[in-house]
Amino acid sequence: MTPYRDYSEKRRLLASGELSLVENVEAFLARIEERRSLNAFTSVFADEAIEEAKRVEKKIADGSAGKLAGMVVAVKDVLAERSRPNTCCSKTLEDFVAVYDATPVKRLREEDAILIGRTNCDEFSMGGSNENSAFGPARNPIDETRVPGGSSGGSAVAVAANLCDVALGADTGGSIRQPAAYCGVYGLKPTYSRVSRYGLVAFASSFDSVGPMAKNVEDVALALGVIAGYDENDATSADVPVPDYVEAISQDAKGLKIGLPKEYFAEGLNAEVRAAIEGAAKALEELGVEIVEVSAPHTDYAIATYYLLTTAEASSNLARYDGMRYGRRAKGERSLAETYRASRTEGFGEEVKRRIMLGTFALSAGYYDAYYGKAQKARRLVREDFKRAFKKVDLLVAPSAPTTAFPLGEKIDDPLEMYLQDVYTTPASLAGCPGVNVPVGADAAGLPIGLQVIGDHFDEAGVLRLAKLIGERVGGARSSAE
Amino acid sequence: MTDYEAVIGLEIHAQLKTESKLFCGCDASYGAEPNANACPVCLGHPGALPVLNERAVEFAALLGMAIESRVNPVSIFARKNYFYPDLPKGYQISQFDKPICTGGRIALTRADGVAREIGVTRAHMEEDAGKSIHDRSDATLVDVNRCGVPLIEIVSEPDLRTAEEARLYVEKIRQIVRYLRICDGNMEEGSLRCDANVSVRPQGETELGVKTEIKNMNSFKSVERAVEFEIERQIDLIEDGGEVTQQTLLWDADRNVAVPMRGKESAHDYRYFPEPDLPPVALSEERLAEIRTRLPELPDAKRERFVSDYGLPDYDADVLSQSRDVAEYFERVANASGDAKAASNWTMGEVAREIRERKIEIAEFLLSPERLAEIIALVKDNVVSATAAKEVFVAALEEDKSPKTIVEERNLGQISDASELDEMIDQILKEHTVAVEEYLAGKEKAIGFLVGQAMRLSRGKANPQLLNKSLRQKLESMK
Repeated sequence: MTPYRDYSEKRRLLASGELSLVENVEAFLARIEERRSLNAFTSVFADEAIEEAKRVEKKIADGSAGKLAGMVVAVKDVLAERSRPNTCCSKTLEDFVAVYDATPVKRLREEDAILIGRTNCDEFSMGGSNENSAFGPARNPIDETRVPGGSSGGSAVAVAANLCDVALGADTGGSIRQPAAYCGVYGLKPTYSRVSRYGLVAFASSFDSVGPMAKNVEDVALALGVIAGYDENDATSADVPVPDYVEAISQDAKGLKIGLPKEYFAEGLNAEVRAAIEGAAKALEELGVEIVEVSAPHTDYAIATYYLLTTAEASSNLARYDGMRYGRRAKGERSLAETYRASRTEGFGEEVKRRIMLGTFALSAGYYDAYYGKAQKARRLVREDFKRAFKKVDLLVAPSAPTTAFPLGEKIDDPLEMYLQDVYTTPASLAGCPGVNVPVGADAAGLPIGLQVIGDHFDEAGVLRLAKLIGERVGGARSSAE
Repeated sequence: MTDYEAVIGLEIHAQLKTESKLFCGCDASYGAEPNANACPVCLGHPGALPVLNERAVEFAALLGMAIESRVNPVSIFARKNYFYPDLPKGYQISQFDKPICTGGRIALTRADGVAREIGVTRAHMEEDAGKSIHDRSDATLVDVNRCGVPLIEIVSEPDLRTAEEARLYVEKIRQIVRYLRICDGNMEEGSLRCDANVSVRPQGETELGVKTEIKNMNSFKSVERAVEFEIERQIDLIEDGGEVTQQTLLWDADRNVAVPMRGKESAHDYRYFPEPDLPPVALSEERLAEIRTRLPELPDAKRERFVSDYGLPDYDADVLSQSRDVAEYFERVANASGDAKAASNWTMGEVAREIRERKIEIAEFLLSPERLAEIIALVKDNVVSATAAKEVFVAALEEDKSPKTIVEERNLGQISDASELDEMIDQILKEHTVAVEEYLAGKEKAIGFLVGQAMRLSRGKANPQLLNKSLRQKLESMK
């Protein structure tokens, strides 16, 4: 659909004048319009995007353009963009407009990316199907009766359906990797603290990670290089040098030693997904990559641990939506306590309320040690699993999700079923490790299958290098949505 | 009749005098237009994150060092969760099980001379909440200027036994934080706040009685009165066969009563958990050592040194060491003049009076210690009389001129010239023959009158010693 494979080619075409940026942006806008049924965006800034395109074209012409000049980016509706709605797909923030730029957004702007619109997601990033959105679900472009995954569903859809070049997502327990898997695109959850969280609306602060999604590894690497790095506005952001990821992925990945954690291939994994991942591993082996089986014995505890800790943090993070200073306030004369109750009852969806209640309970006096305290200990054990594994191998390969995209409505009334979708993504989230989804073919119904590469802390370069090798040599199914 | 013993513990909140707030760059000073000092962080906007003000950490560590706490190399911020409109995030960032300071002690001396040592349990950093303004009938307004202003909360052991001790403890804490220049200690403005936990038990009992908490004590006097009130109330209640119920009371200083706080008596569950947005606060040995170099001499040490090094009476040393600024002023005057007692008298007398009358702090006092030392030297060298010195003092202060210039301009120099004095004495002896007769007749006291007259004639400028001596010589020679 686009007359270029990746951004570097786009930049060449823009520089040579073979591609008009304004026309390119107009084409994206037209496609967004055409594919409205996907419900990928919560807001689109058509006029501003065209104005931006004109401005950036001039900069490209005079040689002052930034690294991402003209890259058309969609931003998940949980990252603050100054003067734009920041709804988090929640009724409570439906009229809220951000007053500042999130750091990743600011860094994209500084490199002349064009921020075309804000993407649909599960309310406050809580969900794995994009069905928990005040704007209704986004739809999977490969099969519109199916979910795109979540919570960064709209971002995955926008990339898969060619509605932008790159999208920013946010991943707390799989919210980038799982929708990337369901929609057949690349999606990277960086190491926790690699990308500043300043301006990312908090769901679970010790997990939340911002990362890029794209149709190719190169664009993921390029965008990551721009958004990563220390930020004085985020005390938890890491002061660790940012390597040149684009350069890093051009290096050979064949010497790497890869582990397959056996616990990820146990009961519950769909046979076709298993076959695709194992097939990919075999293909890697044939390329000369060393593959060994490793064990991550605490994987079984990941889901329970993840849901205790993230709901606990969420119960506190979402306390600010009380209708007092901004956001939705219930109409009518009420006492203070009743105003809180009514505003939050109206403003939050079912899943958000469920998690607030779970988390409140987990932190309550008398239960703290048994739930939150214990979960913190379990988190350490999961982290140690990874530490041990990365003493033996460079990277891990696993499925991104146990199945391919499921039909809309199938799991929405069964929260536990829904939570189990996160079984392969939550361990790396608990450990703070980077993970990327790599599309590796499709099931019999033509639905994309996702392979996950997990790396040690700050080894995004290794993760992306292997992702590139798999994508190029093992055979990633390009999204049929194009 | 049973004798009762009161058990009192105090929680003091001191606002740390940093330029910016604890977790954002907003101005932390008092008195701005409502909601002028606000940003996405202190307004709790979605996505905003706290960044710790290192200056506040240093202030907290200094306090810990001053009260002999253990300043912990690692402390952890925690969220205290509760809903209130003046708490924008729905939680307060505080410290819970790993505070920056653990332990400590405060020495007090009661009016009856008894010395007490009060244990400090802990001191931790936290952010202040905003201010709810309820004075409009149709709405409650919130001013967020105070949101995020750094506080240190100092929690005492339940070691206090009387209302007087409670007041002395608060006064001592205030003195220390002011010495450290980390808090201005103004209870009326709320930069120093105090809550008291009070219970009573029969003398000799070791179990604690049921306690109540008293809030809203906005002065030292209120602390003493409120605690006294509550001790008596609890004793009366028990004597009448009743039981103390655990509750929070608000002190009403106008009516001198503590009244139960309305509503929300259900025990709060603050659901503390470690603040995931902030890494642990780490203080290396080097950093702690560096902070320790900034620890000033504390009031008790200063008082003792003023007695031992300057030979001041206990009373003077005590008064001068009350405030670090006053003590330092005194010390500069004493060192510059070489006369500690005179420096003390001037500092406690004229200087204190001017400051009181002008309603200023000594830091704003315009007469430099060096100039005051010059005035002391002028008196000592008999250039001016003690009376004239006071005029020089006021003029030097108001006109910002050197004392010497003032003495010259106003012709305030003492008359020590013998012939000039003789001339005056002769005139007096001529005019007051009756007094002269009396003296010659053996009434020694009459000389006082004559000296006074001569002094008047000189408009206060005659050197009193010389005048006395010459007059006496003259009179004796007339015998």
